[in-house]
Amino acid sequence: MVEYAQEAVKKGSTAVGIRGKDIVVLGVEKKSVAKLQEERTVRKICTLDDHVCMAFAGLTADARIVINRARVECQSHRLTVEDPVTVEYITRHIATLKQRYTQSNGRRPFGISALIVGFDCDGTPRLYQTDPSGTYHAWKANAIGRSAKTVREFLEKNYTDEAIATDNESIKLAIKALLEVVQSGGKNIELAVIRRNQPLKLLESKELETLVTEIEKEDEAEKKKQKKST
Amino acid sequence: MALSSVLQSESADFSFNIDRSFSFGCGFGQTDLGFGAAPGDRLNFAIKASLGPDDKDGPERKIEFLHGTTTLAFKFQHGVIVAVDSRATAGAYIASQTVKKVIEINPYLLGTMAGGAADCSFWERLLARQCRVYELRNKERISVAAASKLLANMVYQYKGMGLSMGTMVCGWDKRGPGLYYVDSEGNRVCGDLFAVGSGSMYAYGVVDSGLRQDLSVEEACELGRRAIYQATYRDAYSGGQVNLYHVHSEGWTRVSQEDVLKLHHQYQEPKK
Repeated sequence: MVEYAQEAVKKGSTAVGIRGKDIVVLGVEKKSVAKLQEERTVRKICTLDDHVCMAFAGLTADARIVINRARVECQSHRLTVEDPVTVEYITRHIATLKQRYTQSNGRRPFGISALIVGFDCDGTPRLYQTDPSGTYHAWKANAIGRSAKTVREFLEKNYTDEAIATDNESIKLAIKALLEVVQSGGKNIELAVIRRNQPLKLLESKELETLVTEIEKEDEAEKKKQKKST
Repeated sequence: MALSSVLQSESADFSFNIDRSFSFGCGFGQTDLGFGAAPGDRLNFAIKASLGPDDKDGPERKIEFLHGTTTLAFKFQHGVIVAVDSRATAGAYIASQTVKKVIEINPYLLGTMAGGAADCSFWERLLARQCRVYELRNKERISVAAASKLLANMVYQYKGMGLSMGTMVCGWDKRGPGLYYVDSEGNRVCGDLFAVGSGSMYAYGVVDSGLRQDLSVEEACELGRRAIYQATYRDAYSGGQVNLYHVHSEGWTRVSQEDVLKLHHQYQEPKK
């Protein structure tokens, strides 16, 4: 049953997460919106609390449930422990929830993989990935969804300490990773960042466009250099 | 506390715990010490509730220890000082002079006992178990705030069912020294100074006059010791030994255990 759930995830639109030094970035492939559809109702990046947010790949309806439970748990934790959740705690909670559904009667597993990012109280940035079976791991950078493999390979090549040296560089890395698999550039990408002690911020399309053009210029410059050297 | 239990029984029909002998001293921050009963009470509280339940229940008198007691804890720059007496009474009978009223929840958390001994020790041991599980699951120590909240929530479920517990949860966590008062009524209060028990008023007098933030460890210990001693001097239901603990960043240390009689000679000698 878990395999079917994992298949559902593989058909979902791509999401990428990157852990920088002072910033964590989430990027998702935006599905093209029909003419009459309002754009805002299709949001794949959601806040769980002031300092934690997640993106998912897979069945949107399942994700809604998981997100809701996670949001409630974040507040319950604040109530009983008088401290905000750590990213690891809420990831563990989500993973335990998912695992329960793989082992109970008459229920099917959640068909989503989630990328959970945020900062802990002590300021450390974190990125975790969960999958339908209920396992979770910490990552420096990861991708889930349709073309996860391609993106992950790109990240493995390009995730270096230099690449994440500044906030801007980390954001560009996320965009570059998504551009590998997304069709037509900035219009189909949605990006969100959390900086330390600041709430989630969704990048506006203008900012995205500027960054995408920057990246394209850099790419061209690289190609010219390579041509010259050969 | 006597007042609140009166209010409860007036409003809730089913709580006929007439022999719920809370010591009034368990209450914190109440304006009347429970000496008098409010007019129109069904319940006749004796001047000290710990003298025993109502006449109705004469032969079935429950033996409840520790209603008379003095426990105190205060924060200062080097942590938290916890000082308690060690007398247990059942009515006018001194049941024991050597009771351990400080429960070591874990190497950096302490809980004090006032009220029913069974209630205090049971719930605090349960708290110790919860704290350990938290530590294992989250790979870090539980904070004093969270530990006291766990205890308060556990006990709140039994509110109105006759638990009698007035405890102080003391410890040191990443926020520094922590001190919370938790009782079976569901109160949970953070503070810098608490004294609980029938001798608490006497202890407050001593600590209030001597407490400064810049005390050294020895001065603070002496202040706690003196406060408990003075309480045992005046309160019939407190006595025995003074057990003193100091909670610092590395955990808690048992500072001393001194007999009240010895302290009496020590303090009274110079006056001659």
